[in-house]
Amino acid sequence: MGVLKLIIKREFIAKVRNKSFIVMTFLSPLLMVALSLFIAYLANMNKGEISQIAIHDTSGILRKEFKDDEETHYIDLTGMPLKLAKETAFKSYEGLIYVPTVSNINELTKKVEYISEDSPSMESIMKMEKVIDNTLTHFNLKQLGFDATKIDAAKVDSDIHLIKFSGEDTVKGLNEIKVGIGSAFGYLIMMFIIIYGNMVMRSVIEEKTNRIIEIIVSSVKPFQLMLGKIIGTSLAGILQFAIWAIVGGVILFGVTTMFGVQTGPTATVSPEMMDMAQKEMGTLPAYIRELWNLPIATLIISFVVYFIGGYFLYSSLYAAIGAAVDSETDSQQFLLPIIMPLMLGVYVGFFTVMNDPHGTVATVFSMIPLTSPIVMLMRIPFGVPLWQLILSVVLLFGTFLAVVWFASKIYRVGILMYGKKPTWKELYKWLKY
Amino acid sequence: MDNILEVKNVVKQYGTYTALNSVSLQVPKGSIYGLLGPNGAGKTSLIRIINQITMPDAGEILLDGEPLSPHHISYIGYMPEERGLYKTMKVGEQALYLAQLKGMSHEEAKKQLKYWFEKFGIEGWWNKKIQELSKGMAQKIQFIVTVLHQPKLLILDEPFSGFDPVNANLIKDEIVELNKKGTSIIFSTHRMESVEEMCDYIALIHQSNKLIEGKLSDVKKEYRTNKFQVGILTNNVEGLLYDLTQKFKIGEANFKSLNDELKLEVDLGNYSQNELLQLLLQNGQVTHFTENIPSVNDIFIQTVTNRN
Repeated sequence: MGVLKLIIKREFIAKVRNKSFIVMTFLSPLLMVALSLFIAYLANMNKGEISQIAIHDTSGILRKEFKDDEETHYIDLTGMPLKLAKETAFKSYEGLIYVPTVSNINELTKKVEYISEDSPSMESIMKMEKVIDNTLTHFNLKQLGFDATKIDAAKVDSDIHLIKFSGEDTVKGLNEIKVGIGSAFGYLIMMFIIIYGNMVMRSVIEEKTNRIIEIIVSSVKPFQLMLGKIIGTSLAGILQFAIWAIVGGVILFGVTTMFGVQTGPTATVSPEMMDMAQKEMGTLPAYIRELWNLPIATLIISFVVYFIGGYFLYSSLYAAIGAAVDSETDSQQFLLPIIMPLMLGVYVGFFTVMNDPHGTVATVFSMIPLTSPIVMLMRIPFGVPLWQLILSVVLLFGTFLAVVWFASKIYRVGILMYGKKPTWKELYKWLKY
Repeated sequence: MDNILEVKNVVKQYGTYTALNSVSLQVPKGSIYGLLGPNGAGKTSLIRIINQITMPDAGEILLDGEPLSPHHISYIGYMPEERGLYKTMKVGEQALYLAQLKGMSHEEAKKQLKYWFEKFGIEGWWNKKIQELSKGMAQKIQFIVTVLHQPKLLILDEPFSGFDPVNANLIKDEIVELNKKGTSIIFSTHRMESVEEMCDYIALIHQSNKLIEGKLSDVKKEYRTNKFQVGILTNNVEGLLYDLTQKFKIGEANFKSLNDELKLEVDLGNYSQNELLQLLLQNGQVTHFTENIPSVNDIFIQTVTNRN
């Protein structure tokens, strides 16, 4: 036990003292925040731009219906001859809406043209079409003798009230939130496995290329060395995550309060937005309640359990690969089968869990030990039967023990083998030494 | 005499390949024991088994009379052929770590380390990283790390390969000194000069089998050829040669001398040295008379080629 502790300590210190660890730890949250601020800034910048669209409407029906808003201003060029209007629009405006004179107003459904240099976005086409649709519908209604304003008043906007069988209120979009939370945890596990698994592998290769390995294994059992390495590295990783969480939290808090002060009084809020905000405010308590109703305890406990199982399972494979090869470049061939199930887990998680969290595919992948740490965590926010959880964890830890045994065999032989890159067949042979 | 190490019928197989075929050795306490053999003979396999890095498939190993067990790790100091240190770790920390892995306490390791650093005059290296040191400097550290925990048995696999001559000599002297203080030493090598110079006992392993084992002088006696090199100043060369060929087989010899004498190699056959000497003395002035003692190199090559 004393020896294991020594190894863990050395591995931990070696990782933490490494310059790249320090740089990564403190720089990456800053980078993340800077990046997201930059993206937000870019998005805002785009929003502030007003596109100017000219309109030439000899029929006179539509030109008053295109009303200026935050994003678009309409300039009426009907006074000019069409040719000149086109030239002006080409020079100074984004495009020109051309409404021809028609005998029957309903012909306009097909005859309105939009002339522009760049093809317009889907959104702006829909916006224009909506204006035409509304105008023509109202016109038609009037022709048929209906009172358009009364019809507008009679229009309803329904909102289905979601209630669980247990009688509690619930809210829409919850699925997305659940998938979001589950995905975040699953993704975190995957990232951790890849980053720190690689670190374990590199550390094994380093000992091999330094030729210190034989000296070490003459003092400790290879299994102890492997275990110590995996644990020490994971502790360094956990420290890094903790620092990220704290630093990231502090920065985010600082930034949001700063932003709040800046934008609060100057922001111009349209009545529409106010309305939206109020609606959201109304459902906000429900969202919060729902979040609290998520199996948070289960989620956190499972995260820890799956994290340990998944990380140890994969990192012992990484250690075995590190032992089998002489340099990192040789490791690619063996790494592929490790990365594949991780990727599969994430994609299966994203696509199937979202659609059907308790479907066959999602359930099966949350049982297979190589993908279960990711997929099961994505499923947990939707509520997973206890027996499935237990079965999945038992499978994971059973496999974990088998894989550690198998990896330590390869590790034991591999660390003392130099020269040729082994083939799969040779790796299999090593198991029997 | 007590044995520090006894290897009894050890077998080791890798798949279908037999690396050690029922090998037995006896390493006397306080000896310098040369483990010889060509590359791939099984020396490293045997050493790894003694160091408990791998397990034998059959056979037994006794260290100081006890069956080998994990607590013996601290009894042995091992410098493998493939050796190195953590490049980015500081010298002092690294040595302490390795000593602690061998079961030494932190304080004791520090004390010993100070002793060795002073002895080699390298106190200033404590906080240096291995990658900042030259190769020769790193080799000194490598040796210190091997002996730091005061092992009773020191196993050195090709100890002088990769060492420059100055360091090799320094290490050689340290090894002799440790041996005088009672440390038993096993040398695994195919460099015969160092064996000739330092070892009291040797064993030869070839193709997974032990072929020879014993005290170096005994082994040499066994391999003596009964041939003598003689040098003689004589006026009667033809007569002397005629007389000699009546009793002995003679050939040409080549050794350095200041005279222009007749140099011969004489196979005694069934006659004694004195009979040869008498005959020579009757015919002139004897300037040179030595037995052809087989070198370890000769024995090695002879045994290995005979075997093939």
